[in-house]
Amino acid sequence: MSAFLLRLVARRVGLALLSLLLVSAMVFAITAVLPGDAATEQLGQDATPEAVAALREQLGLGQSVPVRYAHWLGRLVQGDFGRSMVSDATVSELLSSRLPNSLRLAAVTAAISIPLALVLGILAAVRRGSWFDRAVSMGTVAIVSVPEFLVATIAVLVFAVHLRWLPALSYASDISSLGQMLRAFAMPVLTLCCVTVAQMLRMTRAALIDQLEAPYIEMVRLKGATGARLVLAHALPNAIGPIANAVALSMSYLLGGVIVVETIFNYPGVSKLMVDGVAQRDIPLVQACTMIFCAGYLVLVMLADLCGILANPRLRHRR
Amino acid sequence: MGASVDVRDLRVVAQSDQDEQVLVEGVSFSMRPGEVLALIGESGSGKTTTALALMGYARPGCRIAGGSIRIGEVEVTALDAAAQRRLRGRTVAYIAQSAAASFNPSRTLMDQVVEPVRIHGLMPREEAERKAVALFRELALPEPERIGARYPHQVSGGQLQRLMAAMAMMADPDVIVLDEPTTALDVTTQIEVLGAFRRVVRERQVTAVYVSHDLAVVAQMADHVLVMRHGRPREYARIEQVLEAPAEAYTRELLAAAHPAPRPSALTPEATAERALLEVRELSAGYGKVDAKGRPEQLILHDIELKLWRGQTIGVIGESGSGKSTLARCIAGLIEPCEGYVLFDNRYLARTVAERTRENLRRIQMVFQIADTALNPAQEIGEILARPLRFYFGLRGAPLRQRVAELLDLVKLPAAVAGRRPGGLSGGQKQRINLARALAAQPDLILCDEVTSALDPVVAAAILDLIAELRRELNLACLFISHDLHTVRALCDEVVVMRHGRKLAQVAREDYARGPHHPYYELLARSVPELRRGWLDEVLAQPHHAA
Repeated sequence: MSAFLLRLVARRVGLALLSLLLVSAMVFAITAVLPGDAATEQLGQDATPEAVAALREQLGLGQSVPVRYAHWLGRLVQGDFGRSMVSDATVSELLSSRLPNSLRLAAVTAAISIPLALVLGILAAVRRGSWFDRAVSMGTVAIVSVPEFLVATIAVLVFAVHLRWLPALSYASDISSLGQMLRAFAMPVLTLCCVTVAQMLRMTRAALIDQLEAPYIEMVRLKGATGARLVLAHALPNAIGPIANAVALSMSYLLGGVIVVETIFNYPGVSKLMVDGVAQRDIPLVQACTMIFCAGYLVLVMLADLCGILANPRLRHRR
Repeated sequence: MGASVDVRDLRVVAQSDQDEQVLVEGVSFSMRPGEVLALIGESGSGKTTTALALMGYARPGCRIAGGSIRIGEVEVTALDAAAQRRLRGRTVAYIAQSAAASFNPSRTLMDQVVEPVRIHGLMPREEAERKAVALFRELALPEPERIGARYPHQVSGGQLQRLMAAMAMMADPDVIVLDEPTTALDVTTQIEVLGAFRRVVRERQVTAVYVSHDLAVVAQMADHVLVMRHGRPREYARIEQVLEAPAEAYTRELLAAAHPAPRPSALTPEATAERALLEVRELSAGYGKVDAKGRPEQLILHDIELKLWRGQTIGVIGESGSGKSTLARCIAGLIEPCEGYVLFDNRYLARTVAERTRENLRRIQMVFQIADTALNPAQEIGEILARPLRFYFGLRGAPLRQRVAELLDLVKLPAAVAGRRPGGLSGGQKQRINLARALAAQPDLILCDEVTSALDPVVAAAILDLIAELRRELNLACLFISHDLHTVRALCDEVVVMRHGRKLAQVAREDYARGPHHPYYELLARSVPELRRGWLDEVLAQPHHAA
């Protein structure tokens, strides 16, 4: 078993690394063809061509694209993301101040949305066709079709402006107690949950219903099993593959897709950092952020794949 | 020990939002402890619904609407949900039709086999496992000590079916319900499984309800037979009486279908004087990586030789995995052979459909096994039949409609069917449409892949009659693939026996009764259940089946 499984895992990891390499090439290529570069951006429009040329030389922008890519990749492998072209700090320093914030926001959202989505999805599948199922289905469709900036804006209007329960902006820096953390996170997490819960819930429900209609479920029922046993011991293990995939997709969204939420609540996360980087043509920063998002996405999808493989004895044990 | 079963006026209905549809009505029977009752009927006759009702269970959307079901002293219809759960798996156990689909693919066999006693809290896990291993041994499963650690996909269909029997016997039930438990098995496997079932049922004196559409199988197992049709009982009698002096016309039809009479041949001496219409030479095919010599890793067909004349029907018989369907697909060009040739009308045929001329495509038509999946459910029958007519003959307008009507007439369906969709037709009607679509191309050769296997015996017999008539009228050559030796012998001029991708023997119609033939052919012939009591005992007494 283990040799086969190791080969399978090794192949998945290898594929993920290869994808990451391709992504790095694409990221670099795209940022290389973007109009305007850091030199013109830093010196402003009034700069003399000589000054721009000098700065370009200094920044190494004069070399050909493949050479610059090779250098960049070489440093990247060593964990060196380069130096920000705008602020004086290294990209790593900028990231290390922001990444924990983003991860904390993602972790809190995941901790709330995953159990909520799974429980609601399982209940909806078990009580398929009941008023509960219909309410959940309609609710998720309604929520998922509202764009997140609208959810966020309405949340601010209701909770911050009218009720005055929560601050309109979230500063991760002034969190010292649990109460403050709750106050700071409440609205961003609420907004993010709206999107992620709906996706995961619908996939969980669909995957479980698929299993509950299988003949082996009738067999278990005719052995005298209770409903709980039917679902938890029999149907759910067979639905883990698709559910894990849905969770991974939703979580990867939390990594990179929270730009709107971080911007609206002025939350100091990586997405916000990346938006600022784009605005200031801070290419190394943008490249680093993109690579981090892609890596996170690939890791999540790979984990979901491995979950699916481990949950499926047909893949786990080859005859 | 078994319990008595008494069913009175059982009524089961399917409920939609507005109306009720009666699935089963007026079914009554009673069984003494240890008796075996067979429920016989075609699909949709309500036999499975009746059997499931013994556990107080109706499929989703259905409910037991009336009547009484007594098992021992218990009135099943009066039980609440918790009491029903206590009944299921403990007092009444169930053996399902498709063992492959009825085991949870992600849990070990032992987990699932001991589950009934664990659910009902009858014994600790270690004791349950010991009991399971003893049952595995009794049911002649290989490696009884270790087979429990495997997963369902790691054992064969026949073994799964026996494992399900072990699962059913774990809680020592008073009644077991066997729902077509051998229908999905090959005949040689079926004998072993039937033998195991009967031993278990007899030794424990369990009351058993055996659901089947196969009278010959039932004759080996049952004391009484209840014949059902359209949800109502037709005949209820001792098995001997049903076999020897059936009272109902429908029962006689069932008996006749179980004993298919030979259909007249369409092969003429003039035809055989010419060259063969189809010649298969040294044909091999397979899948997987191709080595330097162009041979794939896994060969499914080895060096097949075959000749087929106009008007001739050759039956290809073999168990699942013998390569018989692959042979048809190679001839049709759906699978590319790795070696050998197919000659059609004295010309080499291109290997794949993509390379063949439209004329050659037209002249060889394939009829697939499951009409349900072969017909597009979104298209009307008229459109399904019109497509090949437009494609091959460019028919439009009135001639097209007229030809569609002719085709429907050819397969003995009313012209009004053209306006319906496949969903509105019965299984037999769909198979006729499937056949008509192949005939629309006016082929010289049709390849029939298990076309009667998914049908009820009476319906299948009608399809056989139709094929026999069509081949004579249209002078068709036919390659008829089936796992059922009875069917093949009734229809075909010659029988080709395949096993493990090789052609083992070819037996002509005149020689069916004259033997001995290839030992494997003899084994297959012996394994087909016969319509008399005691057949199973005779077969099991023979040395090959002693295990």
